[in-house]
Amino acid sequence: MDLDGIYRAEYGRCVATLARLLGDISIAEEAVQDAFTVALEKWDTPPPNPGAWIVTTARNRAIDRLRRESTREARHAQALLLYQPDEPEEVGPVRDDQLRLIFTCCHPALAPLAQTALTLRLMGGLEVPEIARAYLVPEATVAQRIVRAKKKIRDAGIPYRVPGGAELPARLPPVLTVLYLIFNEGYASTSGDLVRTDLCLEAVRLARALADLMPDEPEVLGLLALLILIEARRPARVSPTGELVTLTEQDRSLWNQELIAEGHALVRRCLKRNRPGPYQIQAAINAVHTDGPATDWVQVLALYDQLLARSSTQVVLLNRAVAVAEVHGPALALASIEGVDLPGYHLLPATRADLLARLGRTGEARAAYDEAITLAGNDTERTFLQGRRAEL
Amino acid sequence: MKQYMLSVHHDYDVPMPTGDDLQASFEQVDRVNQEMVSTGVWVFGGGLLSPDTATVVLAGTGDTTMTDGPFTETKEQLGGFWVIRCADLDAALSWAEQCSQACRGPVEVRPFEDEPA
Repeated sequence: MDLDGIYRAEYGRCVATLARLLGDISIAEEAVQDAFTVALEKWDTPPPNPGAWIVTTARNRAIDRLRRESTREARHAQALLLYQPDEPEEVGPVRDDQLRLIFTCCHPALAPLAQTALTLRLMGGLEVPEIARAYLVPEATVAQRIVRAKKKIRDAGIPYRVPGGAELPARLPPVLTVLYLIFNEGYASTSGDLVRTDLCLEAVRLARALADLMPDEPEVLGLLALLILIEARRPARVSPTGELVTLTEQDRSLWNQELIAEGHALVRRCLKRNRPGPYQIQAAINAVHTDGPATDWVQVLALYDQLLARSSTQVVLLNRAVAVAEVHGPALALASIEGVDLPGYHLLPATRADLLARLGRTGEARAAYDEAITLAGNDTERTFLQGRRAEL
Repeated sequence: MKQYMLSVHHDYDVPMPTGDDLQASFEQVDRVNQEMVSTGVWVFGGGLLSPDTATVVLAGTGDTTMTDGPFTETKEQLGGFWVIRCADLDAALSWAEQCSQACRGPVEVRPFEDEPA
């Protein structure tokens, strides 16, 4: 029985539902963990709907736990749990516990790192070390931010709800960041296997739900387009023997044409609205990558320049360098990332290594590959980098 | 229901609004107060006189010291505050927005400990 798989798939959904029922994130997490412990003892084979089983069990365990504890908060929570109907009246336009929890976790009264760390932990079921790597920050920092954020949600009375229409635009950007990061963690996992399909699919599912909720927000459509255009290429990204295949070497017949068509249609919808933003531009870059038999790098570089003008970040500069190399050659590309400083991020030395190798600076390339290999979190990328190093 | 303190922080180095703007600010604060009372969130509120009217008292073992002036000598000082009772932080933040507009300055929202049952 694949209890780990069920845990991964159901954790976020169960916590979101229990958080609604219990009105407290920490109690919800404990209850869900309790229920999985019970499942480990009781299940020979999982029930047909494991998520529903976990929610029911977690709810009963929470009532038991609250009965044992005699604090006033516990009695209050117990009263809520016993008297709250299963389906409370919806305040927002969405019938989705997970979206409600995301908007709560991404509340503007929480610091940006706390918002994202909390959502990745609760929604994506990511562990603290994975979040720390995704953010390039120490694990202790992440753990502390999560604890503090949960405390503030409870103590300051941050409500569980999807914000109303007028508040939505201001509350949206952190939610988009979070969905993007969940997808990214799934697409290039920071540990173990290269791809965690469950996280990718979860991020796409949540982005779709968000696009249904906010069809007039071009950045929501842009994010969805970006995610599905990357997702469409996933089947070609790893060879049958488990090796990483770069974009230019991928077998395009393996790409998911249905997703590509959907992504392109979304990008066209965004263009019509003419309110560009970072996610829409990144979606457009991926639309160019997936259009025709080969990438039009001049167009990609032009889009990166547009992106850079809007959000001049180190990661954008690094990604742009790949396009610079294709259009203007590796020397200019290398010069363009001279000042880039991304401690702990393996793709910086990996990109430098590739550019140095193309310039024939083999010794420096080897050193850069060594650095990238040390920093790479998942086995597939590490193997890929080792292979490239060996070819020098 | 939770209770929140909405505190107004004034930079006393910056000149206070004068004339018409001061009058407009007073009227806005008054409207906010009335709305708080009529919607039932009002617990208490008021503006404070300037920090140089403050005295700090510290009771030690056997002796008590009194010091002229505010507790901290920073240029930003508490200018006044409201205590409101409302459902959640979103409601409190929305009131704070009105308070900030009325007072022409930042408003800190801080939850009280729950009242004993």
